[in-house]
Amino acid sequence: MHFKARASAAAADKALQAKLATAKGLFVEGRRRAVAEIDLEATREASKDIRNRCLADLDLWLERFEREATRRGGQVLWARDGAEICRLVTDIARRHGVRKAIKSKSMLSEEAGLNAALEAAGVQPVETDLGEYILQINDNELPSHIIAPAIHKTKEEVAELFARVHHRPRKTDIGEMTREAREMLRAHFLSADMGISGGNFLVAETGSVALVTNEGNGRMVTTLPKVHVVITGVEKVIPTLEDLATLMRILPRSATGQTISNYFSVLTGVKRPEDTDGPAHLYFILVDNGRVDLVGSGFQDMLRCIRCAACINHCPVYQTIGGHAYGWVYPGPMGSVLTPLYVGIENAIDLPHAATLCNQCGVVCPVKIPLPELMRKLREQQVERGLRPWGERAALKLWAWLARHPRLYALAAKLGVRYLNWLAEGGDRIRVMGIAPSWTAGRDFPAPEGRTFREQYLSRRSK
Amino acid sequence: MRNEELNDSREDILGRIRSRLGRTAENAVPARADIEACLARREQGPRPAVEDDLVARLRSRSEALASTAEIVSRPEEVPAAVARYLAALSLPLAAVAWPQLAGLDWAGAGLQVEGRAACGDDLVGITGVFCAVAETGTLALLSGPDTPASASLLPETHIAIVPASRILRGMEEAFNLIRAECGELPRAVNFISGPSRTGDIEQTLVLGAHGPYRVHIVIVAGA
Repeated sequence: MHFKARASAAAADKALQAKLATAKGLFVEGRRRAVAEIDLEATREASKDIRNRCLADLDLWLERFEREATRRGGQVLWARDGAEICRLVTDIARRHGVRKAIKSKSMLSEEAGLNAALEAAGVQPVETDLGEYILQINDNELPSHIIAPAIHKTKEEVAELFARVHHRPRKTDIGEMTREAREMLRAHFLSADMGISGGNFLVAETGSVALVTNEGNGRMVTTLPKVHVVITGVEKVIPTLEDLATLMRILPRSATGQTISNYFSVLTGVKRPEDTDGPAHLYFILVDNGRVDLVGSGFQDMLRCIRCAACINHCPVYQTIGGHAYGWVYPGPMGSVLTPLYVGIENAIDLPHAATLCNQCGVVCPVKIPLPELMRKLREQQVERGLRPWGERAALKLWAWLARHPRLYALAAKLGVRYLNWLAEGGDRIRVMGIAPSWTAGRDFPAPEGRTFREQYLSRRSK
Repeated sequence: MRNEELNDSREDILGRIRSRLGRTAENAVPARADIEACLARREQGPRPAVEDDLVARLRSRSEALASTAEIVSRPEEVPAAVARYLAALSLPLAAVAWPQLAGLDWAGAGLQVEGRAACGDDLVGITGVFCAVAETGTLALLSGPDTPASASLLPETHIAIVPASRILRGMEEAFNLIRAECGELPRAVNFISGPSRTGDIEQTLVLGAHGPYRVHIVIVAGA
């Protein structure tokens, strides 16, 4: 991954900055308004407890969920990684003679690269969330936000894309473009044989999956085709419908600033014999893909995540560089923690550093995940495993050696302060620092006071 | 995929979770008892204050979600109210309705209503509700042979008839009523809060993404 290059390019992209600023205003302000009418702290604490309760006995809760889901006609399958997800889904498609699969947004499908696998198996995957659809018809571009996947696109770009792909006259009104996508996708909804969705929560009490959408595509995907496949992480299980009600007070508020999402469905079992709609076959694919390794580890708190994106929306780094710079499925603070844990610490070396540790993310997290602390832990592991660059390690070694030699340290500090003051040319800030030019490329370095603390201390004591 | 392979993944995933949690046959016994106790307790989380006038709350919250609402006093007045609403917006006077509602005198109000599940071409869908949730202005619909889920989803206009006696305070009450009246959950419990919407192009709110463009709620005070 080349995070720094991508982040620098994004930070200089004025058009992207403007889009991110609009989104920030909507999401941050929306959340602030929406959480004002609930007891936020009590609800966050309760939500954290609900998620922790299941993680503490995850094996037993999963067995319980499996039993209840199976009893109602669902089939529960397990996948260790993305390759197993792809194999299970293509097998299911083959078994039911599926030619077209409609998809409601699933981040795990992104983790697994499922669309490519479906195409290779002769099944046409159709993304139905408007944002995901836009990206799919643009040569399978990657999403840049977990709840607003096409946040980086302007309406002009979408207009061009639609005109090119839909072969219809170019439209510029966002409402008209949305209508055109609706018409295109409606045909797919009515002709697909399989629906693939993620799951916001799995309810152990009833063996149900809870699904939240605004567009209604989640309902289409789970109502119209004869087969429904739910792909979800093993950590998504919660105990009861009461717990679901509690979490639903905080999830939409944290995500989009809505008091409730437009559509919230609790789906339980297959179509009953007398029903006129609903899938006749229901599969749950419960996925590990790195999650199990976090159970009982110092990173278990991360498994509480309910994918609301509040941390992303409030992150000053995300607000500057957008989602693509993070290089994988999950951007922002949650991504900076999850990506190294799922793809390997050595493969995402910059991400835990893509933060100022300002704790905006920790403050807004609805399930109280200490995100800055987890990023700091990842940084520690990089150091312990010798993954930091040679120069940084050498500099820290030198500093540690100096710190153990007080006289030398005092001398070095004295010289350092003089040098920095010389750089500041008598002012209070340094505009260009020779030894770290990239640091001062985007900001000034404050110049130190005239003398070191020790010098000042000594001179005052002698008075 | 062969069955053994399926079983391999399951045993591997659960086995690793068990070992990471330090699961033993002994500590599984009290943990299972805790789980049963938790499921039996059905403890509720913190809840926001909701005023006692649930009809008013449902109405104001629905309107805040871009639905429209009106109140009639008796069930017999519903067809005329629906006809008035459709005529005022120059919408078609033909609709699909839940089979459960086929008995109302729709023809008498000048409407052509068929009691069946909706298909892609139906423009107006009329449904009842299982109940409504005042706290958030939400309609709760259960799937079933007489209450097909497609009627509230495929048409461009969704009209929901809500008996005032079925307006509950919060989602917890809705779940409890489902447990009490149905025992098992139906295939789908659909909570609907306003017309379908998207903000995926430049975060600009557009009503009518894949589902209805408009939702009209007819509250029946005397029912």
